[in-house]
Amino acid sequence: MYQYDKYDQAMVDARVEDFRDQVRRRIAGDMNDDQFKPLRLKNGLYLQLHAYMLRVAIPYGTLDSRQLRKLAEIARKYDRGYGHFTTRQNLQYHWIKLEEAPDILAELATVEMHAIQTSGESIRNISADQYAGAAADEICDPRPWAELLRQATSFHPEFSYLPRKFKICVISSPADRAALRWHDCALRIVRNEAGEEGFEVYAGGGMGRTPFIAYKIRDFCPAAQIFSYIQAILRVWNLHARRDNIHKQRMKILVHDLGEEEFRRQVEEAFEHFLTLGTDFPQAEYDRIAAYFAPPPFETGLPEEIDRTDPDFALWVDQQVIAHKAPGYAIANISLKPIGGIGGDVTAEQMEVVADLAKRYSFDDVRVTHAQNLVLPHVRKIDLYAVWEALREAKLADANLDLVTDVIACPGLDYCTLANARSIPVAQKIQQRFADMDRQRDLGELKIKISGCINACGHHHAGHIGILGVDRKGTENYQLLLGGSGAEDTTQAKITGPGFDEDGVVDAVERAVECYRTLRDPGERFLDTYRRVGFDAFKEAIYG
Amino acid sequence: MRILTGNDLKTGAVIWWTGRGWSIHVEDAADVGEHGEAILAAEDGARRVNGGYIINADETPKGPRPAHIKDRIRALGPTVRPDLSLKPADPAAGEWVI
Ligand code: HEM
Ligand code: SF4
Repeated sequence: MYQYDKYDQAMVDARVEDFRDQVRRRIAGDMNDDQFKPLRLKNGLYLQLHAYMLRVAIPYGTLDSRQLRKLAEIARKYDRGYGHFTTRQNLQYHWIKLEEAPDILAELATVEMHAIQTSGESIRNISADQYAGAAADEICDPRPWAELLRQATSFHPEFSYLPRKFKICVISSPADRAALRWHDCALRIVRNEAGEEGFEVYAGGGMGRTPFIAYKIRDFCPAAQIFSYIQAILRVWNLHARRDNIHKQRMKILVHDLGEEEFRRQVEEAFEHFLTLGTDFPQAEYDRIAAYFAPPPFETGLPEEIDRTDPDFALWVDQQVIAHKAPGYAIANISLKPIGGIGGDVTAEQMEVVADLAKRYSFDDVRVTHAQNLVLPHVRKIDLYAVWEALREAKLADANLDLVTDVIACPGLDYCTLANARSIPVAQKIQQRFADMDRQRDLGELKIKISGCINACGHHHAGHIGILGVDRKGTENYQLLLGGSGAEDTTQAKITGPGFDEDGVVDAVERAVECYRTLRDPGERFLDTYRRVGFDAFKEAIYG
Repeated sequence: MRILTGNDLKTGAVIWWTGRGWSIHVEDAADVGEHGEAILAAEDGARRVNGGYIINADETPKGPRPAHIKDRIRALGPTVRPDLSLKPADPAAGEWVI
């Protein structure tokens, strides 16, 4: 993975010291909260319901064991022994003290981590396919591009005061595991007819109160010109965004106001201009960065068979293990969704177990997924049993990847100041309702996503079944949505009708699921059946 | 009754105005009547509270119960982690929130 050079390190270290001074001045009374708040947000420090919350960036969701151990140490020393992985491949600590925040950032800096641009009107952590460098279906590793873009857009003056947040995602396979088209700007690496690498470019996606699926605005941008193209997109937005209205500042609004054609025309015009400026990444720079992401030294001649005598292990393999591009290797997904637990939460001890496993069995590499799970990307098939045993010991061996209990849920009203309703208890009740493993596997892929308010941190617009918490005269109420997807067949979920209370929404989910079971054709997933038979049949089943 | 809450500037802990100072226990919260704004201005200026605000609460035999669920969750802790709440030994504490 990428390693900081002296400039990266100096910048991050200097930033920590700046923040230390800012915190000191705030506590001493030299700054009021209006002055201080933007400064703390620039360092990922929010004020939440019970304490400060620190959001740590995990670039393109890649960690090594040293970093994961440091995250565990911070959880133990400065938080309450755990952290929460988010749908943007970041980690949040929910119990942070302001006076200790500079020390935490200093500790993070020792392992090349920070919380810069995890908040505010900036280019946020750039996300990527969690199987980058391992997936059997990828064209190339997307992370060198994510890293180049990360460097080019960090502290960039034009991008430090954007109209609103800006989220970029980079993938390189036909399958979309990263909710590509739900980003402001999304890149998919493709090859053209001449065999050259370039990017399909999407723009204008986003969730929140006004969800939009990104348009494809270019079929092919040559790889060497991508930074010009992205600057062009940002320039058009920066010039025309509705800075006067907080609900209209996101780029998605501009793209959809201007219309796809006009937005594209303006971007192309700006692109011509940027091409003349010579700001694109030189080949030598790409090569330098790409060298950090060179494939690990995979062994050859390894056996392909997996000993499936232990039925529990076989079940885990069937659900959690994915094909790897190197023979004899596999991608092992680690579920952070134990039945009745808190999705995405990991204790310090569990982080250490995963760090050890990564070091020993996965070329020191761990990934975070937008579904709030972890991945060991490069495990020898002959080591899978040992990995599973260690995971089981640490209560990390649930076999529910992409099943009905693999629920995404935002922190909701249990932690978040913006929430209308709690998300986590709903996720837990759904898990308990569907805990039976045979039933889960019979239902197959079924993605439930829950947000505690319209900001949509829990991706409810992209859920096969989405749940949105609303405030109904001071009580928690939940709307049910159907038919969303964050995969290559992206669609926006549709609200079914009047909301439910907490138990009511769990019952409604079950009615929707039973409707699918009754109507499905062989081999159909929930989403396929929903698309074939249509909204009305499901609505009828839910409301009767 | 009207009570005052906010977060401790240095630690971020949820705090309640007692009439003389700040407590982490909502049971200690005092009715401020019409004086909320003035107290908050002074306390914010003195950096003893961050993001303070006035809320309505019901007077109950067990002390003030904030009118809105958000403030009841703030008063107790996350409902999904009773072990991290202010009343880890009381399994029924969560019912007070709902
Ligand atoms: C608890 C503190 C959090 C706060 C205050 C917060 C705030 C927000 C806000 C205000 C938005 C809407 C932005 C807009 O439309 O301009 C948003 C969107 C989002 N947040 Fe959060 N969030 C929090 C936690 C999280 C967590 C834990 C996750 C992951 C589980 C997350 C992931 C996202 C995502 C994916 C979006 C949608 C992005 C989009 O609109 O395209 N956030 N958040
Ligand atoms: S969706 Fe709403 S409730 Fe959930 S974390 Fe985001 S802002 Fe908070």
